[in-house]
Amino acid sequence: MIQLKRSSPPEWEYPKYERGEPVALFVPCYTDQFFPNAAAATAELLRRQDIPVVFPKEQTCCGQPAFNSGYWEEARKVVHHFCDTFEPYRWIVGPTGSCTAMCRVFFGHVDPDPRIVEIGRRVCELTEFLVNVLGVTDTGASYHRKVTLHNGCHTRRELGVVDPPMTLLKNVRGLEFCELPNVAECCGFGGTFSVKMPGTSLAMGRTKVENVVRSGADVLVSPDSSCLMHIGGILRRDPATRHIETKHIAEVLVANE
Amino acid sequence: MLVKMNTHLQGAEFLKAKTPGLAEPAGSKALGESAERSAKNNQAVVDQIRDWQEWREAAHRVKRHAVANLDKLLVEFERNISARGVTVLWAKDAEEANRLVIGIAKEHNVKSVVKSKTMVSEEMELNHALADEGIRAIETDLGEYLVQLAGQRPTHIVTPAMHLSAEDCGKLFAEKLGEPFTAEHRALTDIARRHLREEYLQAGMGISGVNFALADTGAIAVVENEGNAGLSTSAPPVHVALMGIEKVIPSIDYLPVFWNLLGRAATGQKLTTYTHLIHGPTPGRKLYVIILDNGRTNLIADPHTRNALGCIRCGACLNNCPVYRRVGGWAYGWVYPGPIGAIITPMLVGLDPAGKLPFASSLCGACAEVCPVKVDIAHELVHLRHRAVNEPSPARSIWERLMWKGWAFAMAGPVRYRLTMLGVRIGVRVAKFLPWHPLQLGAWTRGRELPKVPGPAFRQLWKEKR
Repeated sequence: MIQLKRSSPPEWEYPKYERGEPVALFVPCYTDQFFPNAAAATAELLRRQDIPVVFPKEQTCCGQPAFNSGYWEEARKVVHHFCDTFEPYRWIVGPTGSCTAMCRVFFGHVDPDPRIVEIGRRVCELTEFLVNVLGVTDTGASYHRKVTLHNGCHTRRELGVVDPPMTLLKNVRGLEFCELPNVAECCGFGGTFSVKMPGTSLAMGRTKVENVVRSGADVLVSPDSSCLMHIGGILRRDPATRHIETKHIAEVLVANE
Repeated sequence: MLVKMNTHLQGAEFLKAKTPGLAEPAGSKALGESAERSAKNNQAVVDQIRDWQEWREAAHRVKRHAVANLDKLLVEFERNISARGVTVLWAKDAEEANRLVIGIAKEHNVKSVVKSKTMVSEEMELNHALADEGIRAIETDLGEYLVQLAGQRPTHIVTPAMHLSAEDCGKLFAEKLGEPFTAEHRALTDIARRHLREEYLQAGMGISGVNFALADTGAIAVVENEGNAGLSTSAPPVHVALMGIEKVIPSIDYLPVFWNLLGRAATGQKLTTYTHLIHGPTPGRKLYVIILDNGRTNLIADPHTRNALGCIRCGACLNNCPVYRRVGGWAYGWVYPGPIGAIITPMLVGLDPAGKLPFASSLCGACAEVCPVKVDIAHELVHLRHRAVNEPSPARSIWERLMWKGWAFAMAGPVRYRLTMLGVRIGVRVAKFLPWHPLQLGAWTRGRELPKVPGPAFRQLWKEKR
C-alpha cells in the first residue's frame, strides 16, 4: 500500500516491487474505448521491464465522473466493483494520473471502509511506477519529433507527480523537447465541468492551445488521455492547429521512429 | 470603456438562475490579466521563503485550534478587550449587526461615516442600511472607493477594482468628481486622496474590519497599505470594528505567523505597509467591536467545511483560479467570489440558492496549492457538490440523478459496460453526421471535435493477443 509521506506538495512512500510480482493493468474506460494504443503501449512498457502484466477483464471504471459530479452514492457502486476486481493484486498500474488520484486519494471519501481505502492506495500512475518504484529513467525509445508535455492537474497536484514524465521524455533519443509556457495551468477539461460550464472550459482550453502553439511543438504529450481528448478536440477544430498531434506519453516511450 | 454593472448581479436571485454566468467567460480582460500577474508576482515572493510549507502548516494548525475553541477564545477576547473600555456586541446575523451599527450611529448623532475595507460589511449590505437611515457612508480604500463611485460591487476581496483599468478610473473621476481626465497612476491617487481627506475630517464615525482578534491580549489587528484604515479608525470620535467569529486567534504570539503569510499571499509584499494593533479607544473616544456569526457556524457544523473557516481573506485562491480569471467576481453572485467563495457562499446563504457555485471549478487544485492556511479547497468543493445534489438546491436534479443511476448500473459489470460502450461508440460515430447536437453533446462539440472512434477497444485487442 502506498503511504502519504507529506501532504503539500504530496509525497509518497512506495512499497518495494519484488521481481516477478504480477502487475494488474488498469485501463480507464475512455482509454479502453477511445485510446487503446495508449493502453497497449503501457502494457508493452511494463513487459519490457520483465513485469508479468495481467488485465483483469472484469474492470470497468473507477467511479470518478459520478464522484466529481456529487453523485457519491452512484460512484460507490462502481468503486466497489473496481475493488472487487482488483483485490487480488498488490500492484495496480494505469496510464492515467486522474483516475489514479480518484483511487488513491478519493476512494476514502466515497467509502471510508479500510478495505476500499487500502485497495485504492495500491494504484499507481504509469510514469510514477516506472521512475519512483522501479527506478527506470530510460525506456530505450527513440522519437524524432518536437514534443511538449502537459501534466494533468490531478497528476500534478493530487499525486504530486511532476518530474517522472519529464525524466522519461528527456531520455528519449531524437526527441526535441519544447517548453510549454504556463505549464501548471489547468487545460479546462475537468470531467463533467467541460459540459456543465462549457464556455469557461473552452476559454481555458484555448489558452492552453495558444501555449502549445507558442511552445513550437508538433506533438503534445501527457500522462492523461482525458486532458488530451479535450485539448486535441480544440486543436482539430481549427485548421491552423490541426497539424499538432496529441499522444499519450506511453506511446512515445515505446516508440522507435 | 467602463465595465457596466453586470446584469447577472442580483444577489440571491442570480444564484438561483438556470444558466449562471459561471458557465461563460464574462470577466473583464483587465481582471484576468491582473489576477494572473498577481499570482505570478506573489509566487515569486513566496518562493523566497524556503520553509513556506512549514509556515503554512503552522498557520493551518493555529486556525484549526482556534475554530475548535471559538467558544472559549471569543469570550476570553471579549473579557480582555472590554477591560479597557471597549464595548463588545454580538450579532447573530447581518440584520442584527446593521441594527447595532445604526443604533451606535444614532446614539452619537452621526451623519457621515468613513469606512476602511471590510468584507463583513459587504455581507451586511451596510452601506444601504445606513443610507436608509439617512447616513452617508464613504469607502476609503481606493479600490472600494472606485467601485462605490461606479455604483458597482467589488470583483475581488483584496483588490476590489481589479476589473478597472487606469483609463476606466480616470473616466470615472472625470464623470463623478468633475476632475480633468488622467490615466496616470500618481495623479489618480492624488485625486482620490484630496477628496477623501475632507471625508475623514467630517465623519462622525469610522468603520473598519478586523484581520485578527487576539484573545490573550484583547486586541484587534488591522493590516492595510494606504493609510486609510489608520485614519478611519482614529480620526472620527467613534470607531466601530466589524468581525466574523472566525477572526479570533489564541495569542499575540501567533500573529507573526499570519503576518508572514498574509502579505505575501495577498499582494506579494513581505509585510503590508501598515499594521495596526488596537487595544482600546484613545481617551475621549469610543470603540465598539461587533462580533458577527451570519452563517459561519454552518461551516463549523459540517466537519468537511470547517477548515474553510480558517480563511484569512488573502485572495490568493482567486488570483490562481483559472475559472475566476475568466468569469470575474460578479459571476459568483455574492460577496465572496472565486474558489473560497464557492465554499463560503453556499454555507453562509444556503445551498438553496447557492448550490451551483461548487460546480464552478475544474477541480484543478491550484487554489489549495497556494492557500496560506492550507484550506483543502478542491476537496471541500467536491464534498459540497455531494451535498448540493442531495439537499434542496438548484443543483439537485431528478434527471441527472437518474442518468447517474443508469451509469452506475452500466459500470458495475463488464457485460453491461461493453454494451453501454458499444452504444457510446455508435453515438459518437453517428454524431459526426448530425447537423445539431443536443445537451451535453452540444456543449462539447460547440468548440471541440469529438474523439475519433478507433478500431477495437483495448480489451478486445488484449483478448485477441492471448
